[in-house]
Amino acid sequence: MFTNMLSLVVWTPIVAGLLVLATGGDQRAPLARWLALAGALAGFLVSLPLYTGFNDLNGGMQFEEMRPWIQALNINYHLGVDGISMLFIVLNSFTTLMVVLAGWEVIQKRVAQYMAAFLIMSGLINGSFASLDAMLFYVFFEAMLIPMYLIIGVWGGPRRVYASVKFFLYTLLGSLLMLVAFIYMYFKAGKTFEILAFHDMKIALSVQMLLFVAFFLSFAVKVPMWPVHTWLPDAHVEAPTGGSMVLAAITLKLGAYGFLRFALPILPDASRELAWVMVALSLVAVVYIGLVALVQSDMKKLVAYSSISHMGFVTLGMFMFLGTNMNQWAVEGALVQMVSHGFVSAAMFFCIGVMYDRLHSRNIADYGGVANKMPIFAAFMMLFGMANSGLPATSGFVGEFMVILGAVQVNFWYAALAATTLIFGAAYTLWMYKRVIFGDIGNSHVAEMKDVNKREFLVLAILAITVLGMGLYPQAFVSKMHLSVNDLIAHVAQSKL
Amino acid sequence: MDMKSLYLLIALAPLAGSLIAGLFGWAIGRRASHVVTILGVAVSAALSLKVLSGFISGQTEVFNGAVYTWLTVGGHEYAVGFLVDKLTAMMMVVVSCVSLMVHVYTIGYMQEDPGYQRFFSYISLFTFSMLMLVMSNNFIQLFFGWEAVGLVSYLLIGFWFKRPTATFANLKAFLVNRVGDFGFLLGIGLVLAHFGGSLNYSDVFAAAPALANKTIQIFPGVEWSLMTVTCILLFVGAMGKSAQFPLHVWLPDSMEGPTPISALIHAATMVTAGLFMVSRMSPLFEMSDTALNFIMISGTITALFMGFLGIVQNDIKKVVAYSTLSQLGYMTVALGASAYSAAMFHVMTHAFFKALLFLGAGSVIMGMHHDQDMRNMGGLRKYMPITWITSLIGSLALIGTPFFSGFYSKDSIIEAVAASHLPFAGVAYWALIIGVFVTAFYSFRMYFLVFHGKERWMANHGAHHGHDEDHDDEEPSTDHHHGLGPNDKPHESPWVVTLPLVVLAIPSVLIGFFAIEPLLFGDFFKGAITIDALKHPGMHELAEEFHGPVGMAVHALSSLPFWLALSGVVVAWIFYMKAPHIPAAIKQRFSAVHKVLDNKYYMDDLYFNLFAKGSRALGTLFWKVGDMLLIDGLMVNGTAKLVGVFSRLTRKLQTGFIYSYAASMIIGVLGLMTLWFAGIILR
Repeated sequence: MFTNMLSLVVWTPIVAGLLVLATGGDQRAPLARWLALAGALAGFLVSLPLYTGFNDLNGGMQFEEMRPWIQALNINYHLGVDGISMLFIVLNSFTTLMVVLAGWEVIQKRVAQYMAAFLIMSGLINGSFASLDAMLFYVFFEAMLIPMYLIIGVWGGPRRVYASVKFFLYTLLGSLLMLVAFIYMYFKAGKTFEILAFHDMKIALSVQMLLFVAFFLSFAVKVPMWPVHTWLPDAHVEAPTGGSMVLAAITLKLGAYGFLRFALPILPDASRELAWVMVALSLVAVVYIGLVALVQSDMKKLVAYSSISHMGFVTLGMFMFLGTNMNQWAVEGALVQMVSHGFVSAAMFFCIGVMYDRLHSRNIADYGGVANKMPIFAAFMMLFGMANSGLPATSGFVGEFMVILGAVQVNFWYAALAATTLIFGAAYTLWMYKRVIFGDIGNSHVAEMKDVNKREFLVLAILAITVLGMGLYPQAFVSKMHLSVNDLIAHVAQSKL
Repeated sequence: MDMKSLYLLIALAPLAGSLIAGLFGWAIGRRASHVVTILGVAVSAALSLKVLSGFISGQTEVFNGAVYTWLTVGGHEYAVGFLVDKLTAMMMVVVSCVSLMVHVYTIGYMQEDPGYQRFFSYISLFTFSMLMLVMSNNFIQLFFGWEAVGLVSYLLIGFWFKRPTATFANLKAFLVNRVGDFGFLLGIGLVLAHFGGSLNYSDVFAAAPALANKTIQIFPGVEWSLMTVTCILLFVGAMGKSAQFPLHVWLPDSMEGPTPISALIHAATMVTAGLFMVSRMSPLFEMSDTALNFIMISGTITALFMGFLGIVQNDIKKVVAYSTLSQLGYMTVALGASAYSAAMFHVMTHAFFKALLFLGAGSVIMGMHHDQDMRNMGGLRKYMPITWITSLIGSLALIGTPFFSGFYSKDSIIEAVAASHLPFAGVAYWALIIGVFVTAFYSFRMYFLVFHGKERWMANHGAHHGHDEDHDDEEPSTDHHHGLGPNDKPHESPWVVTLPLVVLAIPSVLIGFFAIEPLLFGDFFKGAITIDALKHPGMHELAEEFHGPVGMAVHALSSLPFWLALSGVVVAWIFYMKAPHIPAAIKQRFSAVHKVLDNKYYMDDLYFNLFAKGSRALGTLFWKVGDMLLIDGLMVNGTAKLVGVFSRLTRKLQTGFIYSYAASMIIGVLGLMTLWFAGIILR
């Protein structure tokens, strides 16, 4: 086992990305593709020891690394993962691999730059999840915006400039306040940016409230929570398929992760005080956004809204306090939902990408009867649609089930409102499926559609295996997070006034 | 082989067949696909029979064990596991045997269909899901099986996915079931929250007695019995799956699927899952009379009012479908009367004779070249003798002819309701009694219209559409049938179709006679079904009056249900054989009533307009007003505008003249000094 495991995980994709970038123009596109695939595969492989070598019996930080970075300000290159962040690093490395495959021959312009942007972003995201120094986290967290901004702005659809600027401003606005909060805590904690030191700091309630608002604005935009969610549908619609996959699978998770790593353990009292707001906003996301998803005519928008609705379960689960205690079912459900949504939403966006590559339309009305021409694809999309509807034996079920069952223990009506997703989730997903996939061949364009090629089959099959695997054996994920979640719950239960 | 491996094999054999046919059906071809799936289900059926006979002979013990840990939370393990007792064993036999017959039948019924392998894969997957449901020893796996059978039902109703009516029906079925699951899931949530944190049946049932008087506040300030709320929520799930009023609306539409699955899923097995679940949870339901009453009301409405709808149907499958709804209502009423064993008994007999009726109807449909309209049939007994005899047997069993299986189970239910002390039992009893007449009437209306009388297909060539004033354009089955050509005659179906009919006809006649004593009055269900004999002595009283199956049948000859059934048959004979002008006149005279029945009490329209359109309207409102107008329009773009306005204002400050900068600097310094002085003075 290497001692610098996490650095390897963070920097392998970034170095690979720079190498890909060095291949230059599109005349060497095949080289760029294979190099990117090798880099993504290497990135995924080096992330696996984090899972296999993870000690389930330790709830604290593992694979820690510590080097001074900016000594004048006591900023350190401090990395480490617990059972919560580790899962997302592996998920991210996995998603990057899928994204490289997804963009393979679809992207024909500036191939090297496209692939490099994803690889570099992957490393930066790994860095955000692994950071134990708030400043380091902030740098990774912000730096990650740049490749995503470029991906939407360069390879995006017709309104890409509006979408990318909206995305950038929305997320930047929030994170500036987070920076202010970090600086306040830096002085308060005795000139250190150590996140774990922040966790043990006493803070007055009024200050906690202010800091919570700062964190909220930063992370709620990322999740995104209602009502700061409107950037997401625009970003998804304009982003290329790979961009949507990463956006939904990973970057949204960073917002939820922020609540778990910063807002809850640093500000437990404010979190408890404001939990009802978080719960209310989450339930609005589940119900209101679920209904909005129902009436979308653009498939990507529909899945984007469905993402917001599903992320509502994540924030709902995290703020499901019973007295002073977070509810274990709900918190672990939220985490499972985060991982599962990574697989399912990536798969849904990939499916839409597969159809878009053939028909160049995202409009539901332009399709109909796709199953006649693409039966294999239709079978895969049925599986992912069912996962999106939360059917048992798919990963989509586990998280929602756990959050709902946790919610019943806290308040019956929270659970009842959340459980409406059983109906609305199935309604918007399967109604779209019915109009797009079922029926007689809708028009002459659909009649010319060809079923998935080997590359698409590979991506769909891998995602299908993960979705089913996680649904049939969630224990593989949950067992890793138990002790870290227990520590978190115990920590948050103590008042820091 | 130890029991756990045996049970795993029973459950997984159909799954293996399904995966092979589903994933590799394109490579191995049709023949291999049906061989491998039939083999899988045959293994399950044979082993299930072995398990049941082991239970009957007393060699097999109740098995309750885990297979693998699915999840651990808060120190509790949630495992995939099996609970196999006699209740389960009976259901396993019913499921696997009916499924086996349907598999064989499908070879004939689907032989020309391009989706042959896919169909076999689905029905084997269904068998696996249903077995997982009945064999579960915990709520999570129950819910898995519950949803999995729903999924396969969805896939099979929409099997012919090119038809708009099929994809409408399957979406409707899935969503209505999801409404039920919504309650079911919350019920499971309450079980988890209050019954000690385990979701294993045995732990939950052990914890239940201590919670008899526990109350919870669903609405602040109102204390409700935990047991009542939990049981009603669980039953809401059963209302979806077992198509009880008001969640019954999906079942008639499900007839869009191929007939074999109507027999297997929408008559014999899946729709009984809800009844099985309530029986399995009898230790909980026994503790809440309110919940039992609720169940009885829902069942009564279904049993009677869905029966009425059977009378006005012209599609042969629709008649059988409404009859299924009505019979499910009977079973549900039995559950409400704490006669769980009678309900499960009827589940079993009904599985055989209703599967028989559906497969018979399918055979008729094949003989008629996929015409399902009974008005085009008639006199088929000459052309389809095996189908005719077996269908007659099925109908006789359904209407409760003494000595037939349906008689024993249905009469037991009626007697149990008569003996029930619940407040609603009186109404329920009379509804069931009237239902006996209605059942006999629509069953023999169908029987006479199909097998006797004039051979109407001769007269109706090319006139299948539009010759009736009450033609319903949305009648899903009329727009895709081919019907007989001018020179065609109906023909008997191949042996793969008639063999299952014959095989199913045997238990349809005999099983009631042999099973009633052990099932209802012996100790077959002892340990599996719990009845609070002090509060609900009905089944106990029945046992005292029971003097053997022969005595019961003889006694029935002088009872009201028998004479009502007989008069139903006679009235049907008069109306449809002797004097066909009478029903026409009645339809004329009571056209308003007929219209209500023809429109299924307008419930479909109500649901569609209220829920489907309502949700879409609400979604549009949230989207256009909430997201686009308020959030994007006002907040996001408004902020952007505000920044614009602010910067226009501040731009005016930047004049570029040194004197104006100097002036503002001096004003600023003066201001700061004033503050400073003020601070000193005030201190």
